[in-house]
Amino acid sequence: MSSATATKPPLGFRIRSWLGDNALRFYAVIAFIYLLLPVAYTFAFSFNNAGRTNLVWNSFTLDNWLNPCGAPQVCPSVVNSITVALIVTLVSTFLGTLIAFSLVRYRFRGRSTTNLLIFLPMATPEVVLGSSLLALFLNLFVPLGFSTVVIAHIMFCISFVVVTVKARLASLDPRLEQAAMDLYASEREAFRRITLPLVAPGIAAAGLLAFSLSFDDFIITNFNSGQFTTFPKFVYVSATRGIPAQANVIASAMFFIALAIVLLAQLSSRRRKAA
Amino acid sequence: MSVAAAIGDTMKDASGQEPPKKAGRFVPDMLMAPGMLWLAIFFVVPIASLFLTSLQTPVPGGQVGEFEQTFNFANYVNTLTDDTYYVPLIRSFVYSGIATLLALAIGYPLAYAIAFKSGKNRNLLLVMVIAPFFVSFILRTIAWRQILADEGFVVGILRSIGLVSETGGLYPSAFAVIMGLTYNFLPFMTLPIYASLERVDPRLIEASVDLYAHPFTGFRKVTFPLSMPGVVAGTLLTFIPAAGDYVNAALLGRPSNTMIGNRIEYTFLSVNDYPTAAVLSFILMACILAMVLVYVRRVGTEDLV
Repeated sequence: MSSATATKPPLGFRIRSWLGDNALRFYAVIAFIYLLLPVAYTFAFSFNNAGRTNLVWNSFTLDNWLNPCGAPQVCPSVVNSITVALIVTLVSTFLGTLIAFSLVRYRFRGRSTTNLLIFLPMATPEVVLGSSLLALFLNLFVPLGFSTVVIAHIMFCISFVVVTVKARLASLDPRLEQAAMDLYASEREAFRRITLPLVAPGIAAAGLLAFSLSFDDFIITNFNSGQFTTFPKFVYVSATRGIPAQANVIASAMFFIALAIVLLAQLSSRRRKAA
Repeated sequence: MSVAAAIGDTMKDASGQEPPKKAGRFVPDMLMAPGMLWLAIFFVVPIASLFLTSLQTPVPGGQVGEFEQTFNFANYVNTLTDDTYYVPLIRSFVYSGIATLLALAIGYPLAYAIAFKSGKNRNLLLVMVIAPFFVSFILRTIAWRQILADEGFVVGILRSIGLVSETGGLYPSAFAVIMGLTYNFLPFMTLPIYASLERVDPRLIEASVDLYAHPFTGFRKVTFPLSMPGVVAGTLLTFIPAAGDYVNAALLGRPSNTMIGNRIEYTFLSVNDYPTAAVLSFILMACILAMVLVYVRRVGTEDLV
């Protein structure tokens, strides 16, 4: 009887809030299934005995995992992607960290213009970034390939590095460095022994972000790569003919490596907090 | 969670406190110069170059892809009045608008559940939100082809309950494209909302309960307004890349679901009609900028740059 529950407000309230809580949990579970279902499919189809087109489930095999370079072009494109991503990570993390430091630690004229210039590449659709760079390269007759891809990736990674390192720097207590200097550390020593170790996790996170952004980029790469093929470009181009299951093997392996890195980082930060 | 913090922080540069040290121009200039120069040369100059390209005309008697610099503003008129271009442009904003609303409808409760109902598992759940990023997004989009295929279990269930006719399917279709867009940018919606919900002081919500507010009223008057910066950041981070995306439309749609990104890619890379492609890019950028400005003005957050 609905009137019976209405005369007991605490119980009715509890039932309703129990329903509310669990409806929310149920909803969250569905959302997670939505998010992770394609990941599960990608992983599952890495075991498919697929032949040419890996679209329909055929039968289980370990061959793809035992021979990840078995399909033509898969491994060279992965090597290309990793090479690009490593260079991009080093350069963009270095350049972006310097910008983050000067934005957080110094007051100077033109700060808001600087902020705007860092924000805009993140707020511009990738097609526009890619096509505008291509317009520049075409107008200057720059040949497309490895170096134009690296240039483009560094450009869009810098902003993300700045934002990540800045967040970490802004949360630092400036008094720590002052204390070190009160204790007769020189400015350089205080920076090297206090500030840098404290910011290091932020820089590492920025580097990982840059690596994954670069490794997974397709749209900007597609505009500026010419004949040069990265892993996402290889997958996209072969989508019409059929993607070899080896691509799923590579993607699944990358997934577990990235997951391990993130979980280890979380564990170690928890341990540091506990200590 | 640094990625969440980073994305949440993306949108509110101007709100940071003033930095402590005043310096001559020299030190910050030296530190910033290389990075800012990179952005100037490879972001600002290309946009200018794109604009110049959009005004070029074909070399008389030249080959395909040969253009000379003119200032032919008629390119804009010709492109905007051609329905092979303005229809995909409008379609892009419709698709990405719907995808943004869907992502908000899925992402907000998800962020809320993680922020308030997850207890000790919070970090693990956040990792699960970003975990899809660890798999190449093109492969994940192709996985949707398999999931939505006529032989797949989704279509099977929908057919058996009559939501899809016996011969009907889900892929390729506008539905699949919008669903793919929602899917691909959902973490960008969820993380900033989570970041702003996490900063809500739980005592404020308790106070609303103490003052006899119905839980929903408390949410509407306390929690939701406090999470607005995250909602604004999330909708922008979803809408902007979705409007320019062409991977979902190419992999999950029919030719009749073409978005403006597909047109730009095709016109630039296959037709080699650089001026028209540049016009399209420029119009896309201008439309997005205009919409973002109106949106931010309406919603009234001053946190944005």
